[in-house]
Amino acid sequence: MPDTSNSLTELGVAQIRDGVANGDFSAVEVAEAFNANVAAAQEALNAFIIATPEKAIEAAQATDAKRARGEALGKMGGVPIGMKDLFATFDVQTTAASHMLEGFKPQYESTVSQKLWDAGAGMLGKLNLDQFAMGSSNETSYFGNVISPWKRNDGGNAALAPGGSSGGSSSALAARLCPAATGTDTGGSIRQPAAFTGTTGIKPTYGRCSRWGVVAFASSLDQAGPMARSVQDCAIMLEAMAGFDAKDSTSLDLPVPNWEAALSGDMKGKKVGIPKEYRVDGLDEDVSKSWDDGIAWLKDAGAEIVEISLPHTKYALPTYYIIAPAEASSNLARYDGVRYGLRDLPDGANLQDMYAATRAAGFGPEVKRRILIGTYVLSAGFYDAYYTQAQKVRALIAQDFAKAFEQCDVILAPTAPSAAFGLGENVDDPLKMYLNDVFAVPASLAGLPAMSVPAGLNREGLPLGLQVIGKAFDEQGVLNAGLALEQRAQFAAKPEKWW
Amino acid sequence: MSTYRIQGATGDWEVVIGLEVHAQVTSNSKLFSGSATAFGAEPNSQVSLIDAAMPGMLPVLNGECIRQAVRTGMAIEAQINKWSRFDRKNYFYADLPQGYQISQLYHPIVGEGSLTIEADEKAGIPADKVIGIERIHVEQDAGKLMHDQHPTMSYVDLNRSGVALMEIVSRPDMTSPAEAGAYLSKLRTILRYVGSCDGNMDQGSMRADVNVSVRKPGDELGTRTETKNVNSVRFVMQAIEHEASRQVDVLEAGGKIVQETRLFDPTTGSTRSMRSKEDAHDYRYFPDPDLLPLELDDAFLEACRASLPELPDAKRARYEGELGLSAYNAAVLTADVDTFAWFEALLAETASAQGKAPAEVAKQAANWLISEFFGALNKQGKSLEDSPISHEQAAELLALVGKGTISGSIAKQVLETMFETGDNAGVIVEREGLKQESDTGAIEAKVDEILAANADKVAQYREGKVALFGFFVGQTMKAMAGKGNPQVVNEILKAKLG
Amino acid sequence: MSVDTATVAKIASLARIKVSEAEIEAMVPELNGILAWVEQLGEVDTSQVEPMTAVIPNTLRLRDDVIDADPLTGGNKRDAVLANAPAAEHGFFGVPKVIE
Repeated sequence: MPDTSNSLTELGVAQIRDGVANGDFSAVEVAEAFNANVAAAQEALNAFIIATPEKAIEAAQATDAKRARGEALGKMGGVPIGMKDLFATFDVQTTAASHMLEGFKPQYESTVSQKLWDAGAGMLGKLNLDQFAMGSSNETSYFGNVISPWKRNDGGNAALAPGGSSGGSSSALAARLCPAATGTDTGGSIRQPAAFTGTTGIKPTYGRCSRWGVVAFASSLDQAGPMARSVQDCAIMLEAMAGFDAKDSTSLDLPVPNWEAALSGDMKGKKVGIPKEYRVDGLDEDVSKSWDDGIAWLKDAGAEIVEISLPHTKYALPTYYIIAPAEASSNLARYDGVRYGLRDLPDGANLQDMYAATRAAGFGPEVKRRILIGTYVLSAGFYDAYYTQAQKVRALIAQDFAKAFEQCDVILAPTAPSAAFGLGENVDDPLKMYLNDVFAVPASLAGLPAMSVPAGLNREGLPLGLQVIGKAFDEQGVLNAGLALEQRAQFAAKPEKWW
Repeated sequence: MSTYRIQGATGDWEVVIGLEVHAQVTSNSKLFSGSATAFGAEPNSQVSLIDAAMPGMLPVLNGECIRQAVRTGMAIEAQINKWSRFDRKNYFYADLPQGYQISQLYHPIVGEGSLTIEADEKAGIPADKVIGIERIHVEQDAGKLMHDQHPTMSYVDLNRSGVALMEIVSRPDMTSPAEAGAYLSKLRTILRYVGSCDGNMDQGSMRADVNVSVRKPGDELGTRTETKNVNSVRFVMQAIEHEASRQVDVLEAGGKIVQETRLFDPTTGSTRSMRSKEDAHDYRYFPDPDLLPLELDDAFLEACRASLPELPDAKRARYEGELGLSAYNAAVLTADVDTFAWFEALLAETASAQGKAPAEVAKQAANWLISEFFGALNKQGKSLEDSPISHEQAAELLALVGKGTISGSIAKQVLETMFETGDNAGVIVEREGLKQESDTGAIEAKVDEILAANADKVAQYREGKVALFGFFVGQTMKAMAGKGNPQVVNEILKAKLG
Repeated sequence: MSVDTATVAKIASLARIKVSEAEIEAMVPELNGILAWVEQLGEVDTSQVEPMTAVIPNTLRLRDDVIDADPLTGGNKRDAVLANAPAAEHGFFGVPKVIE
């Protein structure tokens, strides 16, 4: 019997699902192959906070047993996945990559992860991320940086960022440690890491995926989504993750479309908007070129290209950096050392001292920075100038999109202003780091579905991503445009294995 | 205008009072989670993952709490806001697991309304007075801390955490402890009528934050203090009295009133500064991003309105008008849900037992209930809730009186026996032979006997000493062991004496 | 608007995060950099704009008033609630003694 373990880990969601269903290989074989890759890469990439090989095997055995009984398998039957450690998993440590939650074992399972298990997926482990999903490089995790499997082609050995906050997810996907992973996107945290690692990810319309059981960062922005290595795989996994949840007041009460079945790269009759405000001065040449490639590909797919204007684009990031920290400052108030997580109780400390000590010890510097910003912008005398004004500008940004979508069906833009940067390159300047999400944040503020697909490599041999933004509820339009790009980009590059 | 004044060394002072009443909304489950709200459960047993603010937990609004708040707003004729929103009030305390309370600051569900307190000369309320209510908003209750269970720790019980409260905020329209007491009583009555709060102040279902300031008549408003969580009408009045005179003392000694939160100590009847909350607050209110704006449609509001019961003021007017009760009786009978419910049940059964319209027997039922039955209950230290007899039993007793089967005085005796034995009135009357004698022949025979035995007095009566009539009645009744129908006895005596 | 050390100390206290003098010193320029940058929003004329209340048009659903209808959002699970507590005694959460 040929050794299939290496080739199995090259497979995506659809191939594994179909292969298991057809009996080409067993779910357990797949789980074992990925378990082995996870273990082998842990020291070098640090993509997982904990591995749960036994969970992956257990789910695989259940799928194999089901198949043996002749029962239909789920949408994700036999597919082992990585779970971003922002999703609460029953009795399995859930940390949000923070010291604050080290050792925390939820007595509940998030809606999204439960849906995935119900669809037949198994858990390879809990993926590393930026602490409380705050970061764009995965350098804020308490459990150490995640390293991208990619290297520049300059012969150097600089460790690169896998993007953030879903950096464990993107690194693991690119390194073939999993065929798919969950991500969450508050201001680009699915799309930017996907772009940095040559992988694919979609943030659906706000409210498509339940937030119940997902550690909150900024409630009005947080949205879970799938990350994988193809548009089709994202479509399959999104079907498994999405759906109305009565436990989340902001959940959309809509049926989940059969996105996979309706996938089509034919863009005839579709209009693609190119936002002129994204063509900023000093835009990276390679990024600019890949954007032009994307325009050409979609034309080739039959689409009509139209220039559109999103006039408030330049205000999106500052708006985001008021609203997200404001919400976070309140969402993270529950970490107080009383009911779970870290407690730091210095000798003779009273209750309020305990809070201050616990939160000082439990939160990392970027989390503290954002809590302080958020506390400040909500404080007496500043609320209207900052928060109310930001919510007004946010309304204008959403209006910009609504107007643009009167002229086009989807919008095409770069995902990020650059390819992956080296670890440590941006850590001293928070503002420079925040600018990474300049193209990703507007769609988040407007709650729109948006995805990143790999477009090619830059001169340094690093992947670049293209972003498709769609109308609210039109994940299908986004996936189809993504597929049209994917079919033409023919992105086959993968990082050379060095770990 | 109240004439309540505090006499200080420098002259008279007026008191200005506003109340913020927290009323627990009557609901099975909590405002944003499915855990139960019952009082007195095992610690932390009625706590969901949401109430404990576990990571990733989200609030989902309980429709019943909204319905109750809207109905309450309607009962005080307030503006109902069809668009409202929940805000987070951020602060850290061990009884507040989320680190914020979900409340409504910017867009409360109920706007401007009012209620009327009734004139009460004795209490110093010379005329009916309308007290403004600024707003009612819905919010989460906090958990409970226990400080006496452990030498170095306080214990946290989250059973109350997340229970729905209505915060009912009055205008500073009250100027005496009596007015504040009357306002709180009236508000409690309305809430209990509506059924939106059980009004159990001793269980904390209703408690008041008391805002008090003093000023010389005609001056601007003074600086106010807020005394937190006062949980009875009497305590509210005491707290105001104490706090107002304390403020006068401070001001007259040349001091200033500090705007602060104070605690009421029921054992001493005094207030004291609450040190732990001195910390300057900045609650950083902002709209809760886990919740969407609450939009109510006309159908919802109509259903709320249709479900409102007759309210205290309307009921009182009807008792006086339709039923012909005295103002006093109408006020007493409408003061509380249990009382009017008892009265109305009694009235219906009394009317049907006697085959009469309710209006014809209302006075009888009201008088009996207030002067006989309440007295009898009081004597036993009981209330309507734990009354040893039911209204059906009471109606039977009243019917016996109404039909002339027994006299009013025999009825008192029967009621006592009913309390002791629990037996029905008819059974007792039958068993103890208490039936009133209305048979003319039997009474005539007795009257003849009495008149024959007292020929001298008969002569005196006929000569004009008509006051002796009472003597003949008494003798006849005595001879009949109290069971002679007084009306028949009177008629026969009159006829025979000429 | 910019912050000084006293303001940062006050914000940190409001947020219940213990910070050293040195940390405050370091945070002042950082926070001022971020605040100066977000203040460009002041340029935008929003006099005719209502603040966003719901990112995707949607209204609040009302839940039926049923106890423990869904075990995930209901009570009666003290063990689960206390399972991760740093100090749980006799069914309570323990905190340093509070003097009110």
